[in-house]
Amino acid sequence: MPVLAYREALNQAMTEEMERDDRVFLMGEEVAQYDGAYKVSQGMLKKFGERRVIDTPISEEGFAGMGIGAAMVGLRPIVEFMTFSFSLVAIDQIVNNAANVRYMSGGQFAVPIVFRGSSGMAGCLGATHSHRLEAWYAQVPGLTVVLPATPADAKGLLKSAIRSDDPVVFIEHENLYGEKGDVPEGEHLVPIGKADIKRAGDDVTLITYSRSLKTTLAAAEKLAEEGINAEVIDLRTIRPLDIDTLLESVLKTHRAVIIEEDWPYCGIGAGIADRIMQVAFDELDAPIRRVYTRDAPIPYNRSLEASMLPSVGRIIDQVHDVLYKKK
Amino acid sequence: MSQLQTEAKPAVSRNQALGWLRQMMTIRRFEERAEMMYQKQKIGGFFHQYSGQEPVAVGSIGVLREDDYVITAYRDHGHALARGMEAKPAMAELLGKATGCSQGKGGSMHFFDAEKGFLGGHAIVGSHIPLAAGVALAIKYRGGDQVCLCYFGDGAINQGAFHEALNMAAMWKLPVIYIVENNRYAMGTSLERSSAVLDLTIRGATAYGIPGVSINGNDIELMARTTREAVNRARNGEGPTFIDAQTYRYKGHSISDPAKYRLKEELDEAFRNDPIINYQNLLKERGWLNDETIERFTEEVKREIEESIAFAEESPEPELDAVFQHISVAPHIPQE
Repeated sequence: MPVLAYREALNQAMTEEMERDDRVFLMGEEVAQYDGAYKVSQGMLKKFGERRVIDTPISEEGFAGMGIGAAMVGLRPIVEFMTFSFSLVAIDQIVNNAANVRYMSGGQFAVPIVFRGSSGMAGCLGATHSHRLEAWYAQVPGLTVVLPATPADAKGLLKSAIRSDDPVVFIEHENLYGEKGDVPEGEHLVPIGKADIKRAGDDVTLITYSRSLKTTLAAAEKLAEEGINAEVIDLRTIRPLDIDTLLESVLKTHRAVIIEEDWPYCGIGAGIADRIMQVAFDELDAPIRRVYTRDAPIPYNRSLEASMLPSVGRIIDQVHDVLYKKK
Repeated sequence: MSQLQTEAKPAVSRNQALGWLRQMMTIRRFEERAEMMYQKQKIGGFFHQYSGQEPVAVGSIGVLREDDYVITAYRDHGHALARGMEAKPAMAELLGKATGCSQGKGGSMHFFDAEKGFLGGHAIVGSHIPLAAGVALAIKYRGGDQVCLCYFGDGAINQGAFHEALNMAAMWKLPVIYIVENNRYAMGTSLERSSAVLDLTIRGATAYGIPGVSINGNDIELMARTTREAVNRARNGEGPTFIDAQTYRYKGHSISDPAKYRLKEELDEAFRNDPIINYQNLLKERGWLNDETIERFTEEVKREIEESIAFAEESPEPELDAVFQHISVAPHIPQE
């Protein structure tokens, strides 16, 4: 199986889908002549020409809205945000228009669009460029929210997102673009709404997504050294949540820790903990614990930033807590 | 710009003209009766009356082809009817019924009619202006020669979405016609208190290097002629046009607005210049219309609107499980 970087896997997904379907096109800042700010769209202008790979001015609200308009009349746009931090100036389009047009029109219009781009705390970018907005978007009925953690999932989920008839918020992680992994060739589709057990275990369920998967898997290996066998679930899609896979695991382990790069309050972890508790409270042998980015704006300083992120140590502490192990 | 401001000469055939007159009368009657239904609490939420502005929608939509597109803001009843939506689904939507044009999910501000290329009814000021550019992008992408008409109020010009969309539409020569229905008030804030430049063509056309005209939008044939020129340019790949259609709304911004910020003299002046009466008089002068026909239209329109009310009242409410329908094409899984 070919080994590709995460960014190459995304490129392959878009390229294959654009070859397959003329209605699919890519637009955003620096996607064409510059070959993508993070080189995700490298070579695509050359391959597809400027009709289908469109450089926009710095007008996120404008081009997000244009994508929605084009989708309403049958095209299937991929709109790239250089980072999802910049989607904050387009959020009216995503929330009010993309998510609601189908509903408000009584089902007369569909909005088959993908909003994709980098996200997360990528290192020394400061408070405005380090946002994790998945919880914001995941709250909105009408949106699908996907966050791939591996190159194979990046390809398979992006292909599924492009084929979806509904608006998909597809959040990549800036620190994963160079990550390499096996990526199946050709028709590799990962279903939306399906979590993936990245490591099987039966002592504790570790629930995570995107870049935190790596930290969580590293923590699971450490825990194995002390005889704790953790199951690691990569959510992949956070709306709709694959609650069945989570419950199945929790019914086996009776303990769960949720690990996310986002802030804690009103976050994904809070929502997931609530949903597990509503159904499986009696099955839990300990309160669900969470590891998250500390509740402060993201600082520039490297050490300060690192201190806020979920770490192997913080994950292990919470696992010990749900297993009632003294430190 | 100024040569368009001449006296309206026939821009249409007699049949077309009578059709437009009747359509304006339908919209007026629809709005007046709907307002009464609102007062009887049959209609909820926000309700923005179109009375006084009818020639803008009717004159411009009147020159479109069936395969063109129309998108507008929240004051949308007139545009939907001008585009050929029947009064019945329109009135039923106001009453929130399952037979409404948006199945009771959209309400007054969110009329939709896919079959007629009517893309809404959008209630965040300026938010639909990029959508229109996107529709036009799709037309150009496919190599089609349709156009998209996009309406908004003068208040929307102060939104960033307007300027972002106009810039891209102009740069890429997209087949979209931007029509500001300049009724001089953004809710209660007059143009003088909200725009540094009063000539909106400077902000909407000059700034983006596209043709722009300020016209009396209440002169229906001038509205039609101006739109037709813009549509022809768009079909020929020459890009967007900005039309500042000056008009006047008779009512407050919405039904809850008594419009105390306007002088009585200003309103009286507008009533004396009622665009429907004016057009009736013009058509009479041409010998295309007589009092008998006006009487007949009045009766027909009255009947049509009363039938729409009966239809709406008799229509069923949506089933409660409609709450979860039409959220997405894929089955919606409530995250509860």
